[in-house]
Amino acid sequence: MTTYICRRVFEALLILIGITFVTYVLLYLVPADPVRQIAGRSATAETVENIRRQLGLHLPFYEQYWNYLSALVQGNFGRSYIQKTEVVELIRSRLPASLLLMVGAIAAELILGLTMGVISAVRRNSATDQVLMVVSFIGVSAPQFVVGILLLYVFAVLLGWFPIGGYGTFSHLVLPALTLGFLGAGWYSRMMRSSMLNVLEQDFIRTARAKGLSKARVILRHAVPNALLPIIAMIGIDIGIFMSGIVVVESVFGWPGIGQLAWQAIQRVDIPIIMGVTLVAACSIVLGNLVADIVALFVDPRIKLR
Amino acid sequence: MNILRELLARKLGLFGLMTVSFTVVVAILAPWITPYAPDLQLFEGLTLQGAPLPPNSQFWLGTDLLGRDVLSRLIYGAQTSLIIGVAANGVAVLIGSVLGVTAGMLRGIVGAVLMRFTDLMMAFPALLLAIVLAAIFKPSLWIVALVIAMVNWVQVARVIYSETVSLAERDFIDAERGLGASRSRILIRHITPHLVPSIIVFGTLGISTTVLLEATLSYLGIGVQPPIPSWGNIIFENQTYFASAPWLVFFPGFAIVSLALGFNLMGDALREILDPTMKGRH
Repeated sequence: MTTYICRRVFEALLILIGITFVTYVLLYLVPADPVRQIAGRSATAETVENIRRQLGLHLPFYEQYWNYLSALVQGNFGRSYIQKTEVVELIRSRLPASLLLMVGAIAAELILGLTMGVISAVRRNSATDQVLMVVSFIGVSAPQFVVGILLLYVFAVLLGWFPIGGYGTFSHLVLPALTLGFLGAGWYSRMMRSSMLNVLEQDFIRTARAKGLSKARVILRHAVPNALLPIIAMIGIDIGIFMSGIVVVESVFGWPGIGQLAWQAIQRVDIPIIMGVTLVAACSIVLGNLVADIVALFVDPRIKLR
Repeated sequence: MNILRELLARKLGLFGLMTVSFTVVVAILAPWITPYAPDLQLFEGLTLQGAPLPPNSQFWLGTDLLGRDVLSRLIYGAQTSLIIGVAANGVAVLIGSVLGVTAGMLRGIVGAVLMRFTDLMMAFPALLLAIVLAAIFKPSLWIVALVIAMVNWVQVARVIYSETVSLAERDFIDAERGLGASRSRILIRHITPHLVPSIIVFGTLGISTTVLLEATLSYLGIGVQPPIPSWGNIIFENQTYFASAPWLVFFPGFAIVSLALGFNLMGDALREILDPTMKGRH
């Protein structure tokens, strides 16, 4: 067990180093020159050259990358080219908002998805089942910006139940969290349905029924907890999927998280921020997968360690 | 033909096939069925105050901020979505299959390196990668397709790799090898045919992912560039007015969801049909 986890952590580290390399290469290839952006139009050639030297951007690629990596090991992500602030600071101030959004999204997708899945499985092949499964397909076919704008239009503009955007209270969180969780709700309802169908075929369910338990009790006490097991492990993987989603959702709702930070940085070629956010995102994906695998191990001892 | 018959027998699969076919037909017939040219700014397309018109008898789906006919732009947008969807997914499936098969057949160092690279790409936040790539290369239609392909091949490579590995260990492959078949013969005659079902499924299901990604990139303004209409960039151009002109978001949004849904339903039905272990389920 310990060796397994150690090996996985080691692999995760290698993957992260690989990601810094790939991202650095990509950003090195950006045709837009960050120095020109910082210096502005009217800067003299001398100023431009000075800034370039200050940032170490005159060095050959491998030296730049090496410098970046060695600073990174010391927890130094560098400074934003444009805002001049430490990237760590920027990310730290933005991260709580994004995490809050993700927690909201996980709650939304689980509540929606699991309920739909259980109802579908219990009423297997009925009209309700078919309607719910079509809804789940719509969930995985709807791009987040469309879902977000539609929710905004209906619940904020027409009905006025929620604010149009911004951050702060619970009512600010509802629509962005629903938008981010909508896709996952689609997946979870389908997974929960098939997981429930598997469980409902098992002998212990028949035993529970034979004991004379009420249908509701059989489903809620005996079937659902067992059907949940393989699904719990998936939550870790969601974090990674959310890391892509927050760029869009945060820009639709003006949510002050790292997704928006990244999006602004990409538009201004602010390389240290792009690197920083990509790394945070990659870390959480790798970590999420790791947690998912380890949780799966605990939940289902039949999974063999290899 | 058996596959097609089974697909037609499934309600959802049939619905998916119909949605996709409808979009394809509309896209092909675009020059003949659009009421106006897609980028024609019509004088009567705006109110006297310069606001876009809601759906009416002349402009069925209304007009946009520049007085262009939304229906015509949507019909041409179908071309963009389909071209990028099919091309990007085709390239992604090709890259993924070639890498997966190569890694699965060769194993050893080459296989390990290829699969570790795949793992690395799995850990990349897909949309973030696409955004960075799209921002690096000035996006044209084909660049956008290529960017999406660069992001979407990973899943295919994973699955094809594990299928190849498990096939290569089967007895009938051993028997072939014992009979003196060359590696390339085993690959072409015995491994590839078994991979076809997965490739067909990815070839359909994956298009929905690419359609969504194209729409998202275009919505962010780094995908397909105006004046070429794409469902995503129609929303991008008009989103600030969605509260007063919601049809400019509803109709393109509906188009994106329908097309992605169509490919999803079709792909899912194909997966059930082609995967023998799924028989009797559902």
